Amino acid sequence: MNYEIVIGLEVHTELSTKRKIFCNCTTQFGGEPNTHVCEICSGMPGTLPVLNKKVVEYAIRTGIATNCDITTNNKFDRKNYFYPDLPKAYQISQLYFPICRNGHIDIIGKDGEEKQVRIHEIHMEEDAGKLIHDDWEDCTLVDYNRCGVPLLEIVSEPDMRSAEEVIDYLTKLRSILQYTGVSDCKMQEGSLRADVNLSVREMGSKEFGTRTEMKNMNSFKAIARAIEYEAQRQIDIIEEGGKVVQETRRWDDANGESYAMRSKEDAQDYKYFPEPDLPPIIIGKEWIESVKNNLPELKDAKKKRYIEQLGLPEYDTGLITDSIHLVRLFEKTSEICKKPKIAANWILGELLMRLNESGKTPEDIDFDDSSLGKIIVMVEEGKISRDTGKKVFKKVFEENVDPEKYVAENNLGLVSDTATLKPVIEDVIAQNEKSVNEYKGGKQQALQYLIGQCMRALRGKAPAQEVQKILKELLDK
Amino acid sequence: MMKLSEMTGIEISKMIKSGEISVKEVLQDTFDRIDKTEKTFNCYVTVDKEYALQQAEKVQKLIDSGDLDDSPLAGVPIAVKDNICVKDKLTTCSSKILYNFKPVYNATVVEKIQKAGMIIIGKTNMDEFAMGSTTETSAFKITKNPWNESKVPGGSSGGSAACIAAKESVIALGSDTGGSIRQPASYCGVTGLKPTYGTVSRYGLVAFASSLDQIGPLGRDALDCAALYEIISGKDEKDATSMEFDKFSFSDIKNYSLKGKKIGVPTSYFGKGLAPDVKQRVLESIEIFKSLGAEVEEFDLDIIKYAVPTYYIIACAEACSNLSRYDGIKYGYSADSKNILDTFIKSRSEGFGLEVKRRIMLGNFVLSSGYYDAYYNKALKAKKLIQDAFFKAFDKYDFLVGPVAPDTAPSIGENLSDPLKMYMADIYTVMINIAGVPALSIPCGVDKGNMPIGLQLIGKPLDEKTILSAAYEFQRNTDFHKQCSPLL
Amino acid sequence: MVITDELVAYLEKLGRIELDDEQRVKTKKDLQDILSYIDTLNELDTDNIEPLSHSFPIFNVFAEDEVKNGDMRDEVLKNAPESQDGCFKVHRTVE
Repeated sequence: MNYEIVIGLEVHTELSTKRKIFCNCTTQFGGEPNTHVCEICSGMPGTLPVLNKKVVEYAIRTGIATNCDITTNNKFDRKNYFYPDLPKAYQISQLYFPICRNGHIDIIGKDGEEKQVRIHEIHMEEDAGKLIHDDWEDCTLVDYNRCGVPLLEIVSEPDMRSAEEVIDYLTKLRSILQYTGVSDCKMQEGSLRADVNLSVREMGSKEFGTRTEMKNMNSFKAIARAIEYEAQRQIDIIEEGGKVVQETRRWDDANGESYAMRSKEDAQDYKYFPEPDLPPIIIGKEWIESVKNNLPELKDAKKKRYIEQLGLPEYDTGLITDSIHLVRLFEKTSEICKKPKIAANWILGELLMRLNESGKTPEDIDFDDSSLGKIIVMVEEGKISRDTGKKVFKKVFEENVDPEKYVAENNLGLVSDTATLKPVIEDVIAQNEKSVNEYKGGKQQALQYLIGQCMRALRGKAPAQEVQKILKELLDK
Repeated sequence: MMKLSEMTGIEISKMIKSGEISVKEVLQDTFDRIDKTEKTFNCYVTVDKEYALQQAEKVQKLIDSGDLDDSPLAGVPIAVKDNICVKDKLTTCSSKILYNFKPVYNATVVEKIQKAGMIIIGKTNMDEFAMGSTTETSAFKITKNPWNESKVPGGSSGGSAACIAAKESVIALGSDTGGSIRQPASYCGVTGLKPTYGTVSRYGLVAFASSLDQIGPLGRDALDCAALYEIISGKDEKDATSMEFDKFSFSDIKNYSLKGKKIGVPTSYFGKGLAPDVKQRVLESIEIFKSLGAEVEEFDLDIIKYAVPTYYIIACAEACSNLSRYDGIKYGYSADSKNILDTFIKSRSEGFGLEVKRRIMLGNFVLSSGYYDAYYNKALKAKKLIQDAFFKAFDKYDFLVGPVAPDTAPSIGENLSDPLKMYMADIYTVMINIAGVPALSIPCGVDKGNMPIGLQLIGKPLDEKTILSAAYEFQRNTDFHKQCSPLL
Repeated sequence: MVITDELVAYLEKLGRIELDDEQRVKTKKDLQDILSYIDTLNELDTDNIEPLSHSFPIFNVFAEDEVKNGDMRDEVLKNAPESQDGCFKVHRTVE
């Protein structure tokens, strides 16, 4: 029998705000446990939440970029459950009035045709803390640093039919979140995580099968593998005459299988009710318009501009715009050196090579974003040679040195004033009588040799063009 | 000279500012009274003399340098209900589950009273998590009514009302979710104000029912309450539900005349269940308002019969969520346990008293799936209708007058065994919290058993000025508020 | 609404509390009394009435996106019944 896989996703993304959603603590990833925590996000008695305005703006941005309707009258609700990572024992979320509804993202479907994945809703909520299991002492340690980091939960309709479609949807969604500046989507830091709801049904059937949920997946590859596995598992059950059980399952990527999670409690009853501590948020047309007008340039618009206005080749443009990190570096670099094409060449050449060599991806780039621009300026102005530029870049890539300082301290700059160059070149002429005569006899190759000798005498620290100019002047005298 | 214990906070502050008496001397007088009667009345969970003396020293300097000239209550001792956070000082909510809890921050109201030069002398006893009307659900002690030791002081701010009646403090902060300031004020013969929801920051008030809780003053008279309300009120950026409004100034309440003012008297407040003595005193008080020039008119407020059900649904729902954070992990009582679920269940079962558990269960019921619409959402709709009924009344009247409670203070142990009876006694006060409007309780005489009776003045939203002014006029022309317990 | 033993047990579980037998008997009766009284609310016609969750029409109260807090770890852990390595310590949670 032929089966169809039906998949819907709930994606959680941490927002790139500076402050947490309801208190004044930093959202920075990492940090010693409980050092980004205050009386509010640790749920001390008597404390109250105050909403970070940026979270609402980011939610509106995401809603606009995913073609959603923005809700005018927004409220927060409390989702109540007991767990050590949730200090108030309720998560402030949105159930009854989510901020965005009825959107869609266009993906390339299984058949190669463009298709829409509908967005059911997007809502704002707070993240929970982290549990660290201590095997040695058989206990769990609780770190609230992540408590209250703002999240958007983006809920799709069950519109995807294969792992490929899911990955395409996630790639598009991630690009939107990154381009709108809403989230870094650093998957290894958990700032983009997906719950995969999957069921199978007989091809052509209109009814949905029983679905299972795989929670907190944070790698595209793992998601793809988990989908293949889970779909086959469900098909096998049906083929054997069994029934799929609705449950939450955990994907064990190392062993390549999923298993049913022990349920925390039989049936979850979250007892949602309107959060009394937060007044409603009313989003009028003007607010939406102003967010729309200030929306950062999205991927397609950027591509178009790079090609049409900056004159970049389509292929190069594609490579750069595939990563927001390359885009940011490219734009910063172009801004400094004013030569976008050259900036693109350095990024696609030197940078990608270094990334490849070191097994890193663009999101790992950790050198100062103005460094590459500074190197290009030095090369283009003839202050350093191209080769030196590449060497300096390697140093920047590896150690995040300041390129200008590094050039100065290591005396890598080119000498280009005639007063310094002339005596050296005169010396070379005096010592290479044979070649000088050959040149004067019309042998152009001899000139190349002489330039080489000069460069050697200057230990490469002079611009070749300048050397050639002076040399010719002296020879032709 | 008048005895300090008979003076109001404003009078004492004036004396301190004029140099007739020092802050320390006032404190010492208060401590002497505490030493004498606290063993009998149990008003406080904690008295902190050392802390009070530390504050007194600083405040004396500021008063001497004239920095507190504008503060009407500078140098005055104040008692704070034990559900309001004072940094590094025990804040127990009279619950075993917070028996050792010391907040790491000050409530906004605490910052404000300290900035105004008031001296915190201790934390007052209350019903556990403010759930109760008698202060008997406290896990630590039973506060006695200073007018009669066999009677309760009312609740939940029983300690705050009793300490004023017992002259163990000049003034106090309480909190009122369904009558918890007004009813004990009424039972103990003191004045107490439940301000408009959103005028006093709740930051640092341990939440019971977030949409109903308000902190407010209790004192010897309306003027003291007005002065304290001026100090504690105002928009707070830490409380998103607090409102912007015109600054209230306590001295404004002195320039008010009742002539031509329209007072509404809800007939539904005088139905069956109201004790004859209470009814009599309240009607007499209405006559006093008339004699001062006010026009009085009766009107129907029949929706009152739905007030108690609406209140208990909303309050318990919010409470069950607010009290879930007490799980034995972050602070307070933590039971010996075998696993994490055990930590939750045992800590909570051993840490909470029965009344709190009952309300948690009721709250869980009205929010649980399948019942949310029939109960919780229904109550939110009733809330709208109750508020509408008040707003409609305020189209016609400047303020409303009625009793605070159906009867005077019951005997200790009398109500505790029958929660429904206890809940129904809240009928005249809970409506005010549901509507969000301000209300004041002032003494208006005693019953046959010589127990105080309270008169309730209910105002328009943000119009504390009118009810405080009317109370001030009433108190200028009567001396009910000056009567004191025969036990002292 | 009739309160059954099962409902009482369910409510205990939802609230993570456990009553002893005596408390359970009394609580069942009390809840029954209270809910029967609460059910009088059904007489009130609330058709076409918007539920009112906040008493007054305050809206759009925000904080700006600025970090103002530093490290408060010692304070946050001060009241913890058990802590270790800068964390709250609990029994091992099952994964």
